[in-house]
Amino acid sequence: MSDVVEQIRNVCALGALQSVAAIERAIPIIHAGPGCGQKLWSALSSGNGFQGSGYAGGHSVPCSNSTENEIVFGGEEKLRETIENSLKVMDGDFFVVLTGCTADIVGDDTGDVVRQFKNDGVPIVHVETGGFKGSNYFGQELLWEAIIDQFLEEPLGVEPGLVNIWSVLPYQDPFWAGTLNTIGRLLESIGLTPNLIYGPGQGVASVRRIPSAQFNLLLTPWLGLKTVTSLEERFGTPFFHYPALPVGATETGRFLRAVAGYAGIAMETVEATINREESLYYYYMERAADLFFETRFKPGHFVTIADSGFALGLSRFLVNDLGLIPEAQFITDNVPNEHRERIEAEFTDSEAGIASPVIFTTDGGTIREVIRGLKFRERPLILGSTWDKVITRELQGYPLSISLPVSDRLVLNRSYAGYDGGLTLVEDIYTVILNSFQ
Amino acid sequence: MAINTNVAEASIRERRLNAITGYNGSVKDLACRTTGGCSIHNRERNFAQASSCSSGCAQTLLTGIVDAAVVNHAPIGCLGDSLYQNIAYHYGQFHRNWAYSNINVLSTNMGEPDTVFGGAERLRDGIREAHRRFAPKAIFITTSCASGIIGDDIQGVIDELKDEITIPVVPVHCEGFRSKVWATGFDAAFHAILTRIVKPPRTKRPELVNIINFRGSARAYITEIFGRIGLKPSFVVPFSTVAELEGMSEAGASLTICGTLGSYLGTALEEQYGVPYVKSSPPHGSAGTDAWLQGLGRAVGKELEVEQLIADEKRAVQGELAEVRARLAGATAVIGMGPGFSLSYLRVLDELGIKVLYGASWHYDQHYDHGAQPAIVTELAAGEKDIPFGVGEQQNFEIANLLRTLKPDLYFSRHPGSSVWAAKQGIVTVPVMDEYTAFGYRGLVNFGWRIVDALANRRFVNSLSRHVRLPYKEWWYEQDPYHFLSEEAA
Repeated sequence: MSDVVEQIRNVCALGALQSVAAIERAIPIIHAGPGCGQKLWSALSSGNGFQGSGYAGGHSVPCSNSTENEIVFGGEEKLRETIENSLKVMDGDFFVVLTGCTADIVGDDTGDVVRQFKNDGVPIVHVETGGFKGSNYFGQELLWEAIIDQFLEEPLGVEPGLVNIWSVLPYQDPFWAGTLNTIGRLLESIGLTPNLIYGPGQGVASVRRIPSAQFNLLLTPWLGLKTVTSLEERFGTPFFHYPALPVGATETGRFLRAVAGYAGIAMETVEATINREESLYYYYMERAADLFFETRFKPGHFVTIADSGFALGLSRFLVNDLGLIPEAQFITDNVPNEHRERIEAEFTDSEAGIASPVIFTTDGGTIREVIRGLKFRERPLILGSTWDKVITRELQGYPLSISLPVSDRLVLNRSYAGYDGGLTLVEDIYTVILNSFQ
Repeated sequence: MAINTNVAEASIRERRLNAITGYNGSVKDLACRTTGGCSIHNRERNFAQASSCSSGCAQTLLTGIVDAAVVNHAPIGCLGDSLYQNIAYHYGQFHRNWAYSNINVLSTNMGEPDTVFGGAERLRDGIREAHRRFAPKAIFITTSCASGIIGDDIQGVIDELKDEITIPVVPVHCEGFRSKVWATGFDAAFHAILTRIVKPPRTKRPELVNIINFRGSARAYITEIFGRIGLKPSFVVPFSTVAELEGMSEAGASLTICGTLGSYLGTALEEQYGVPYVKSSPPHGSAGTDAWLQGLGRAVGKELEVEQLIADEKRAVQGELAEVRARLAGATAVIGMGPGFSLSYLRVLDELGIKVLYGASWHYDQHYDHGAQPAIVTELAAGEKDIPFGVGEQQNFEIANLLRTLKPDLYFSRHPGSSVWAAKQGIVTVPVMDEYTAFGYRGLVNFGWRIVDALANRRFVNSLSRHVRLPYKEWWYEQDPYHFLSEEAA
């Protein structure tokens, strides 16, 4: 079967440069053609929630801008020069050299060039992320293999309560910064110390701190499994795996109990936290209930089109907290085959309650054709990307852009995770519904 | 040298137009050293920041053709720019009251095995799928670094499918590594359109004027003023149909909003079909608009009508122009834009009474396809003033250094990913994103008032600059902005 992709929902392995940009004062250096940085930043950041250039992203990323000369004669000298001068010009704490198609196809020995700087004490690593090798999820795993192998050092000891968070993919998920902050606060609420790695106030110190964590929290169905497994092998740090992004009270309570159980936190502490949060949450849900039950504006069935962990979290929220019915779930994060059966099962488990078809695809054409074949008796709610607004309008449905590309919204600190995130999602869904006719 | 549409691809701008990306001097120096057969040698950088590539420019034009499709033969990241192209497409639809749809584009999604065994199978799938899904009138195959380096035979695959798919399927050679000048991608797209889409004229339509532009925001105004003198504009390439492109050869003249954009298409239509291409400076500001309209008048034999039109339109804004000039007197500025805009905005700002301290251009074509130096350079160099001028492919670190030293009141920029850095430095920044920003006499005045507003409230940039910092070491600000340029070869 053809695997061409219409309406891209992710990018190539070099997209990992945005994960570097998400680490405070870390600077990506790309050894690639002249357009790669611009295109990947445009897709992951500016065209996706207008997330901005940040400290040293966008057109400020040092780049070899490789042309014919580097293809014919090799680009190692150009790379050496680019790194040497980056260190003079750019004010950063950590440098990551990422390669694109040109360097990887012609076979530049990037490792050899970078090692010379590393030997001089520069905090620098390299990773071969030629776009043809895979998606940016794959690139993310390559990036962390590189950081683990080339940069992290043996810890002096384990910091009790310290938990590294491996969750949403920065920039790919436009809500990543708010979501990480939310997850951090949830962990703090039960007495743990989160190490968020990405986002404001973290930086290279939080990267260096990774090996001293008590455990790694993997809060996605599959992305990062390789990373936490490597960390376990290298430093003996165990990991706890929870697949769904917790959205709303039901799933967040379940998540907190599970993490606390794993971390050996007293259940009274956890239950007290959950009680406090739920009473606030249901104060607002009670207010919303009038809108749900006193008006005609309840959406028909819903469809999610998103990365697996996000789709799972959204779906559980809409079923368990809002009482809606799922119609189809499109999983767009290039899930490797070995994880698909397990993820599909997560959508039909007893907590999710209502089974619905799970379709793994990154192709917008496939999504459009499947949706066109569904029968909706009332206006459906379609949580997907801005691409999907066209088919949603065709069905007179309610579109809310939540996955790449989110080009019809500015996203700053918004998140749909946790208790507040569930409420925010209800607000956003009903803003779309109520705006659709007035 | 005439444009050759018998070859598979357009030659890159570095070779065809002596385009350069590294230079530091002044407008007069540039003009003087690139006339009479002289040319400047490019100065290479040994440090640079991420630039842009040809495929972005090619796809910007091609994805805008409403009933065509684009197949990008590449790994998936090369369609990263399609998101923004879709935003621009929606924006254009909204302003035209058109139905809401997405751009017709797909990626062949090349992977590692394709770099070893070739990507022909994938390309075949891509062409077939584009044909099935979009039912397009034409399919454009844009290439990539990966497909170019491994040497996929694009035309071979197209030829195999020619009985199955009978619409034009056209290769667009826009591999990013081939050129430092991203505008080369415009030429790649136009070459494809010229070779396979444009048809010889069936009839001549002297009233029809091709306007080679991007998004066409001023089309209502242009349609109105052209209507007054019996002309009918046709805005190409984005938002046009394949049929409209086929008929470009029938027009009475071609104009462009940007010399960088229009050179290849305008010149080829003139050389091959006798459609006069107006080679004036672009219609930015008063003098630019005079030159553009007068050029049109000469091309279509309506000099007198045009003079009347100019007089009417100028008179309408005379008072306001004087007022806005008075408000802007004494302000200083730096410009960073592509060459089609940066040079003519030197004059636009002068018309508004703003003193330009430095002009930077993202590249520079030493001559256009019709053989002459850009008219705007000749005209600027004939003036009394000389203005410091530099060329770099949107190198933000150089601009940051210049701005720190020159401390202008204003920074004017075009292209995403450039204006914001000046704002972070606390400089009032006015992005010129719409190609019709200072178009015509009314546009000049409106632009002036936008600048007045920007200067009237500097609080956002002031606060921002106090709370963020740029990613450069102090060492860098102590260097010459063009420290990393090599010496010019003798």
